Amino acid sequence: MQSSDSASGLVLDTVAIRLGGLPLFDIECRILPGSVLTIMGESGSGKSSLLDFVAGFLRPDFTAKGRVVLNGRDLTSLPAQDRHIGLMFQSPLLFPHMSVLQNLMFALPAACKRRKDRQDLAERALADVGLAGFGSRDPATLSGGQQTRVALMRTLLAEPKALLLDEPFSSLDRTRRAEVRQLVFDLARKKGLPVLLVSHAEEDALAAGGEVHRLGTDIG
Amino acid sequence: MPKTEGLPDVPTVLVITLLAGPVLAGLAGTVLPAFGYLPVLGHDAFSGDPFRKLSSMPGLTTSAALSFGTGITASLMSLAIVLVFTAGWAGTNTFRRLTRFLSPLLSVPHAAAAIGLAFLIAPSGFLARLVSPWATGWTRPPDILIPGDPYGLAMTFGLVAKEVPFLFLMTLAALNRPHVQDYLKAGASLGYGRMATFFKIVLPQIYPLIRLPVLAVIAYATSVVDVAVILGPTTPQPLAPRLVGWMNDPDLSLRLMASAGALLQLLVSAGALLVYLTLELLAGYCLRARFANGHRHPHEIPARSFSLLPMLLIVITMSLSLVLLGIWSLAKSWWYPASLPQAWSLARMLDGLKSGGESLGVTLVIACGAAVVATALTLWLLEARGNAGRRETGRLKALIFLPLLLPQIGFLFGLQMFFLLAGLSGKLTGVLLAHLIFVFPYAFLALSDPWGRLDPRYAKAARSIGASRARVFFRIQLPLLLRPVLVTFAVAAAVSTGQYLPTLMIGAGRVVTVTTESVALASGGDRQIAALYALLQLVVPLAGFTLAALVPALVFRNRAAMRLER
Repeated sequence: MQSSDSASGLVLDTVAIRLGGLPLFDIECRILPGSVLTIMGESGSGKSSLLDFVAGFLRPDFTAKGRVVLNGRDLTSLPAQDRHIGLMFQSPLLFPHMSVLQNLMFALPAACKRRKDRQDLAERALADVGLAGFGSRDPATLSGGQQTRVALMRTLLAEPKALLLDEPFSSLDRTRRAEVRQLVFDLARKKGLPVLLVSHAEEDALAAGGEVHRLGTDIG
Repeated sequence: MPKTEGLPDVPTVLVITLLAGPVLAGLAGTVLPAFGYLPVLGHDAFSGDPFRKLSSMPGLTTSAALSFGTGITASLMSLAIVLVFTAGWAGTNTFRRLTRFLSPLLSVPHAAAAIGLAFLIAPSGFLARLVSPWATGWTRPPDILIPGDPYGLAMTFGLVAKEVPFLFLMTLAALNRPHVQDYLKAGASLGYGRMATFFKIVLPQIYPLIRLPVLAVIAYATSVVDVAVILGPTTPQPLAPRLVGWMNDPDLSLRLMASAGALLQLLVSAGALLVYLTLELLAGYCLRARFANGHRHPHEIPARSFSLLPMLLIVITMSLSLVLLGIWSLAKSWWYPASLPQAWSLARMLDGLKSGGESLGVTLVIACGAAVVATALTLWLLEARGNAGRRETGRLKALIFLPLLLPQIGFLFGLQMFFLLAGLSGKLTGVLLAHLIFVFPYAFLALSDPWGRLDPRYAKAARSIGASRARVFFRIQLPLLLRPVLVTFAVAAAVSTGQYLPTLMIGAGRVVTVTTESVALASGGDRQIAALYALLQLVVPLAGFTLAALVPALVFRNRAAMRLER
């Protein structure tokens, strides 16, 4: 794929995160476009703080060293909204005051101006994940799997250059889980996005098929 | 399990009677005299005379316009300041630091804040002294009407300075809802700036929680008396203080006209509320139309810095005002234009304390009484409703808020009459009861959230090992909620201390608190004694919140999970 380009992908360059002076963990890696790095660890091992650091949300009581570089661009000092990193949470977190379609249109870049075009793009995204015709629905009336699929499309419509997944499959039941997970990985590969997946389920790591990094379990 | 679907429980009925009863009776007692019916004073025929007399009062339109204008302007400005500040800074260290300043400011009674502000901005005040005479050339205070400017600007500013902390803390409580932090992250990860995320994602979700407080602010600000007396214009005064003047006039026939005026006040406040609801509708429409247009406004540094300014200004002004109260109460002589007093005197302050001791005692008794009753009643209500499996309904909340959504003056006139007939006028009990009407809503507001957040499994676990309902309440729920219960008590005591109009009307001049006393002193010439009484107003809230902070820290000193930072 694009691995020949030495600058492409998501690079965590000598990242070390501390909480109140105590070292949590350090990590050094490069995630190539279209591939998945899975971070495994018990709760409390600092998985979420790593995602927070990469996405630009690290809480003030944490301190971090090292750099986050995406496709050759140093993101470390950029605010979250300028990083172009898509984030999926444990819960789908659809905006409850908007319709399903508005949730998707919210993510579309403003450069796409005409209301009709925006609607069309959002409708097509819905159809891509098998939810054609769901646009006018209240997000709360969708099943967990449907909500996660909408959340995925919302993340992708914003045209991110990398994807962070914070256990987005943990709220789904077993059958849905495999299906939605495959969908996420397929789409990420198709769009050539580096994916950083945080999970504590071995099956997620297996399905991702990429490198696995285990965080130390010696902390709280 | 829901047990009694049909019959409401005892505390619900009690609370509704306690709140709606006086409000409805008071309204009736205001409406009837307004149409000439007041048998106690020998008026037993309906007529339009009170309104005719009212309309012939000079400057009535100006008074009504002042009440309307200052009230709605102050409310809208307060809301805007709070929202843009929260939008720009929520979750930052700056936000956390300012929160620490704003919370105590909330407990400062309106009158004390207004007096401090007057000392700051008057031509003979601290700001003028700072730059005089070297920059201004003033060797004596210039002849400028501040406070008391004819447009009510000083009054508006005073109201903003007091309502911003209130609305801010209401917004802060709403931000504590689950997932709000995640929604902020979701917005940013989709490329949205902080402020855009707040207005498009977070605000639509939390607005229902701050709506009633905003409406209460409008009702209050359009009918405020104490702040208007201290900072408002005098020729003519805004409507509410004029009504109080007529009501307390030795000429009893003016009471009919005052009642008619109270109805006008109701109209003015209702008009302001209507204007707000219309603006709300428009703003909602404009915002909804922009939800999905994809504009992310990521470059927001100028807007964010700008949103910080008014908040900083308010915090600095209020802090400075309070410091000035301290300085003035210790000043022996402080001639213009010196920036600091020439001579200090502790003795004069102690003298003042001695004479103020009695009114402070009265304030303390009423505040503690009202706070104990309001907190206990709130707990009873929440426990009973929780036990009956009732969720907190919007209707109950609106009902509890009712006394705050009406201008106090609208039903206090009538209530005064009933209290007089019941022999409660001029009595401590009467004033305490009247305070309760306004204290209870705040107690409920402060406690219902923490109560709702308490994990119900604790109570279930206790019940399953055989504890009675009373035992669960006293041994499990109450101790777990010790901190919020004490904070509620402190809030209630602070609200009671700040009550001016109910004390004045029901106390009938015979029950004097530090608040009624300091409003009376504010217009007098002795700044030192006025400052001292304003400071005395801070004693009760300060003591309450200190208690609320210390007691749980002591009781739970060996319980890590009960500490604040969890």
